[in-house]
Amino acid sequence: MSKLSHLERLESESIHILREVVAECERPVLLYSIGKDSSVLLHLAIKAFQPARLPFPLLHVDTTWKFREMVAFRDQTARRLGLELIVHVNPDGVARGINPFVHGAALHTDIMKTQGLRQALDLHGFDAAFGGARRDEEKSRAKERVFSMRSSQHRWDPKRQRPELWRLYNTRKAPGESLRVFPLSNWTELDIWQYIHQQQIPIVPLYFARERLVLERDGALIMVDDERMPIAPGEQPRLRKVRFRTLGCYPLTGAMPSEADTLPGIIEEMLASRTSERQGRIIDFDVAGSMEKKKREGYF
Amino acid sequence: MDVQVTPTAVDVEVWLEAQAHKELLRFITCGSVDDGKSTLIGRLLYESRTLFDDQLATLASDSRRDGSQGDELDFALLVDGLAAEREQGITIDVAYRFFATERRKFIVADTPGHEQYTRNMVTGASTADLAVILIDARKGVLTQTRRHSYLVSLLGIRRIVLAINKMDLVDYSEPVFTQIARDYGEFAAQIGLVDIVAIPVSALRGDNIIEPTANMPWYRGPTLLQQLERVPVEQQLSAQPFRMPVQWVNRPDAQFRGFAGLIAGGSVNVGDRIRVLPAGLASRVARIVTTEGDRPQAIAGQSVTLTFEDEIDISRGDLLASAEAPASVGEQFDATVVWMGGEPMLTGREYLLKSGTRTVRAHIARLQHKINVNTLEHIAARQLELNEIGRVQLRLDQPLAFDAYADNRDTGGFILIDRLNNNTVGAGMLHAAVSPTENLHWQVLDVDKGSRAAQKNQKACVLWLTGLSGAGKSTIANLVEKQLLASGRHTYLLDGDNVRHGLNRDLGFTEVDRIENIRRVAEVARLMVDAGLIVLVSFISPYRAERALARSLVGAGEFFEIFVDTALADAEKRDPKGLYRKARAGQLRDFTGIDSPYEPPESPEIRIDTARTTAEAAAARIIAHLRAAGVIDRDWVFIP
Repeated sequence: MSKLSHLERLESESIHILREVVAECERPVLLYSIGKDSSVLLHLAIKAFQPARLPFPLLHVDTTWKFREMVAFRDQTARRLGLELIVHVNPDGVARGINPFVHGAALHTDIMKTQGLRQALDLHGFDAAFGGARRDEEKSRAKERVFSMRSSQHRWDPKRQRPELWRLYNTRKAPGESLRVFPLSNWTELDIWQYIHQQQIPIVPLYFARERLVLERDGALIMVDDERMPIAPGEQPRLRKVRFRTLGCYPLTGAMPSEADTLPGIIEEMLASRTSERQGRIIDFDVAGSMEKKKREGYF
Repeated sequence: MDVQVTPTAVDVEVWLEAQAHKELLRFITCGSVDDGKSTLIGRLLYESRTLFDDQLATLASDSRRDGSQGDELDFALLVDGLAAEREQGITIDVAYRFFATERRKFIVADTPGHEQYTRNMVTGASTADLAVILIDARKGVLTQTRRHSYLVSLLGIRRIVLAINKMDLVDYSEPVFTQIARDYGEFAAQIGLVDIVAIPVSALRGDNIIEPTANMPWYRGPTLLQQLERVPVEQQLSAQPFRMPVQWVNRPDAQFRGFAGLIAGGSVNVGDRIRVLPAGLASRVARIVTTEGDRPQAIAGQSVTLTFEDEIDISRGDLLASAEAPASVGEQFDATVVWMGGEPMLTGREYLLKSGTRTVRAHIARLQHKINVNTLEHIAARQLELNEIGRVQLRLDQPLAFDAYADNRDTGGFILIDRLNNNTVGAGMLHAAVSPTENLHWQVLDVDKGSRAAQKNQKACVLWLTGLSGAGKSTIANLVEKQLLASGRHTYLLDGDNVRHGLNRDLGFTEVDRIENIRRVAEVARLMVDAGLIVLVSFISPYRAERALARSLVGAGEFFEIFVDTALADAEKRDPKGLYRKARAGQLRDFTGIDSPYEPPESPEIRIDTARTTAEAAAARIIAHLRAAGVIDRDWVFIP
């Protein structure tokens, strides 16, 4: 053992970031979105603190429109690993019957996800939240800090972001302010898949190709996950062998036709594929520069 | 092309196995948009097939709309997409880009724009293993090239790829390339950069970026990507003594007490003796714990958890170090600071300093000078503004274990935090601990100056030659020293130019630096007198106050001020080193007699009028004076 591989260096950096937050913050939380990046983040967190138990809970902001398999995987993961899991649903959103089919993707995401996240962070008094975002996801993320400062209103103030040198992170903040921390900043999508394969990390079965009931709508393949999916006259759900490259609310997540039902198969398709993973994520296409806008409003 | 090749179903497992051992290289690109930096990065991303079809489609439509390359793809648009964000007031420090080849994964730190350049480049360089410095072949080495190179060397990057770009616009000319590479090499050596590989490229045309080009058959070296793939990834860290800042104490139960951290230098084995700094307690490593079970060894770059044989007090902020080669401990430091705060850095104000995992209170005891990043000149200053760099003396409220930044970035780098608004306002590099003089006591030694001088059959003293540049000080001093040496005396000659190449290499010619220059020389002369030597000092030494200081450091009768008196016009006419000509042409600043004053001695021991005295006669007069003063024997005979 004389040299570290790129995955070993990435792993070590992520563990360093996780530990730094636990050492310097009062009440951290891991935002668990159930996707592959969250699975990697959770795996790294467990590594960082063992043999001790995970020194923070997981928080899932449930929009009530997640794939059923995601919810099942979430609960099973928490049980299997004996983790504290907090599930938060925005009660106002539920009372107002927010529905992506009726209210549109933008409003649904704002109320159920962005507002829901703020509520949960305030309710539990979390002062640092880990997220699985990566810099390679989108052009505008390339400049993101690992530690992102948020005001007491959860707003991201461009003027207050701090330069990050060496491995020195400044975690100091005023009462009420909080940090969003992204330990996977320097990972790419391919790194994530390689690491999942190398470490045999469990992921939601939706990532693997299987016969699923889908509808073709506006050029995207939407899975009919439950009876809430409105089906227009003339629309015909069909069984197709598909998988998901990224996971979110089922009405807002497009599937891709695929034969890849194993990890090597997924990686092989990924290497051959020529589309970026965000293309399957419908919220990005609402407004130009939408990520920037959402972030300022407090979206992760 | 040697990039991500799609594997077949059969060999994907083989491919994954090979990928598992791929190395990571982090580098920074330095240059402005005009140098073609964005085009270069864009092309690397494009050629390594990091881009997907939808991104390429966006690029194609953006190129048609906003591009500068007609119907061709404008690679610069791949990384220049931040204009809108700039308008929104979003500051972009550093953008990180990722690409991979079969051999390596790369992380590129790109620092866009000219504003905040120092702060951004320093941030990007802090994590880079290598720097790609771009030069426009039509323009050659510019002021900004020097600035970028200085910042890169300041941050401890030792490997440079000099990408001489836009070769297509100079007809792929070999002489142009060779001349720029030579100019750069000469400059870079002065700031300690020696590992330089110059490559002629055209980012726009793709020449020598990935594949060797037919347009420059005279060039036989590697292409840019080949160089990035083959340059050794820093292994020096593993060869260093073991260092690990303690990040977190892991205590799940009464049985287990582990200390978690990232190894910042060297390696550690079970059974190794370590020392806990700054307290200094020692123990042996009992276990190296990882998720994959216990290991016998761990190396620099790994995050691990260690346990020890003894129950010793260790907490976050301590530095674990090899007992054989522990780190230094200090409370007061000589350091370089890069200021990043909107409000200026003030001496005396208290900041928080974070180094490794330790945060302490610190204040700037003294700002020695600031450094002009374009000319490397030292400038006297009372405060540092945003993007300025200064050499400071830092004082902490408690001890800190550290290494010099040049030896270890993690144990020698630090950030400064404003205590009121919690912003990161500065970043710095520790050079050495300095002991506050009040804690220093003179050692009383049995052997003293008198006994050392008597052994040499002489009296120790300083012969201090002062005068304008070109007056003939060094010539006279040389003659005197030769004659003393020939008669068996023990001497040493401190010459202005020579000392500036070594001891005082860090000093410029501003008033502040000149004062420091003389102070150091005076101190060295004092130590040499203490060693029993006859010390000849040949320095312009323009200020009376500093010459008086030098005199005050040695005993009465041990200091001979020799004024080598020449009219400015004569010295300028002689101009043996061509310096007056340069100064008159404005190429040299702060030159004594031209735009910096010379204060002649009021009552020197010896005054030599060079208009009437030859150098030989001057030397004879000095020797005669020494004999009269009893420095050397009266019966001393001149041996020609």
